[in-house]
Amino acid sequence: MRRNTFWSWFWIFLGTLYFLLPLISTFLFSLRAKKDVLSFLSYERIFTDVNFTRTLGFSLVVAVFTILVSILLVVPTAYWIRLRLPQLRAMIEFMTMLPFVIPAIVLVFGLIRVFSGAPFFLTNTYAGTNALLVAAYAVLTLPYMFRSVDAGLGAIDVRSLTEAAQSLGANWATILFRVIFPNLRVAILSGAFLTLATVIGEFTIASFLVGIKAFGPYLSLTGQNKTYEASSLTIISFLLTWAFMGLIQLFNRGKSDSALAGAH
Amino acid sequence: MSSNSFSKPVDTKRDAPKARPALSGWRDWLGVAPFFLFVFLFIVLPSFRLLIGSFQDVDGNFTLKNFADLMDPSILGAYWVTIRISLATAFGGGLLGFLMAYAVTVGGLPRWVRSALLTFSGVASNFAGVPLAFAFITTLGRVGMVTVFLKLIGVDLYDKGFSLYSFWGLSLTYMYFQFPLMVLTITPALDGLRREWREAAENLGATPFEYWVKVALPILTPSILGTMILLFGNAFGAYATALSLTGGFINLITILIGSQIKGDVLHNVGLGYALAFGMVVVMGVMMTLYYFLRRRSERWLKQ
Repeated sequence: MRRNTFWSWFWIFLGTLYFLLPLISTFLFSLRAKKDVLSFLSYERIFTDVNFTRTLGFSLVVAVFTILVSILLVVPTAYWIRLRLPQLRAMIEFMTMLPFVIPAIVLVFGLIRVFSGAPFFLTNTYAGTNALLVAAYAVLTLPYMFRSVDAGLGAIDVRSLTEAAQSLGANWATILFRVIFPNLRVAILSGAFLTLATVIGEFTIASFLVGIKAFGPYLSLTGQNKTYEASSLTIISFLLTWAFMGLIQLFNRGKSDSALAGAH
Repeated sequence: MSSNSFSKPVDTKRDAPKARPALSGWRDWLGVAPFFLFVFLFIVLPSFRLLIGSFQDVDGNFTLKNFADLMDPSILGAYWVTIRISLATAFGGGLLGFLMAYAVTVGGLPRWVRSALLTFSGVASNFAGVPLAFAFITTLGRVGMVTVFLKLIGVDLYDKGFSLYSFWGLSLTYMYFQFPLMVLTITPALDGLRREWREAAENLGATPFEYWVKVALPILTPSILGTMILLFGNAFGAYATALSLTGGFINLITILIGSQIKGDVLHNVGLGYALAFGMVVVMGVMMTLYYFLRRRSERWLKQ
């Protein structure tokens, strides 16, 4: 089957140009911090900036908490509806799709209005605000985590595994943590890295809840007053996204639909 | 077959273990209680707060005035610009994404192009917000690389009325995360087109063009439209990219809500709620459409 591939190459070429031009210009620009020579000066400045390490660290910790909360919430629920409450499946699937309907800016608006006042007063303390941030991110990434875990559960024989474990005397905690979780390793890991990629640079929710403490708002602030550093940060965050997505693909050989997320 | 299945003495004094521990009725529901509680607290409650707030005036009395206020030209304008950007980028991104996915599936390109494209799409669809805006400023901003290059060869974009900080500039930027998403979702659908369908069409005398118009596209249409709806939602809710690209000087609904959270710029809290609630309604309609299209596309393309 020999066909003319000219147009195929043409569209790929056009798309590649679209992909690469912004990256190339940003990279070249980031090298121009020193006058008349190319240098990695702007990268040096970023890596020695205490705020870079501090905000990235903060966002990493938030991401890790989000992943933990999300796993503990989604895995038992998805497992349980497969095993005992299949009649709830449609309803729970519907609920996990709700975050698609609520844009991040609307979500954070509602959360602030509900939890800053009585009876919660969450935003009065640092711990409370951080907890709210984690909850918001768990909502934001719920569709992806659920889909990933549910697909993972679909690929193993949940009922037989459970019955086998029970016949050996395992209780529910043992079944969940020593049988189900290890079998879902791949699904959980890809959900986790997708969450990481979404949370690390997230701006909308972070800027309203914790402001400059998080990495996203730090990126934004740097962009407003340090041009060269902003472009090196852009390259760095692109590489971070690339690393997370690369890890997902590594875990998920062959399956391609799990790497869809969005916090724009 | 296996010799050791009889090798261990069976403990006959104990009952055979029950297949499942005896849980019944309400205790079954306990297993999903944390999930329901979470959804209630962090999704349902905030949404209800917005819904109720949009029907209240400043003193908390019931009113429909907030929705009447949505008809204000500047607010209608904001909805209109947001919807237009979402439509333009969903359509443009969808088209380019489809053509690229077509190129690597049916288009006869080598295998490595396909895996490179899919990898890159995974990254680019997640690359958005502040860094994306910076990347486009250094590319197509007033002194961006491409702008300067085009000026050297005699095309002055900004003289011709283009601005990165306007409708088309923002659309061009959004497309960066839009078309990779289309590539990722439509590639499996294109893979699902069976060779037999094409062969059957050819045997019946169809030209390639007829095959596409009468067989392939009708099968693919629900997937294509469904994905474009996802893209629409993607752009509709975007805030970070627009804010950092334009500094807030573009009249989008998300930007309006953002300023409303920072301070009561509308001089009416209820109007802010109504704005947010309006977004949820638009998204709700879109996702319902998506749901039906998805069910239709599953009829032919089992994934």
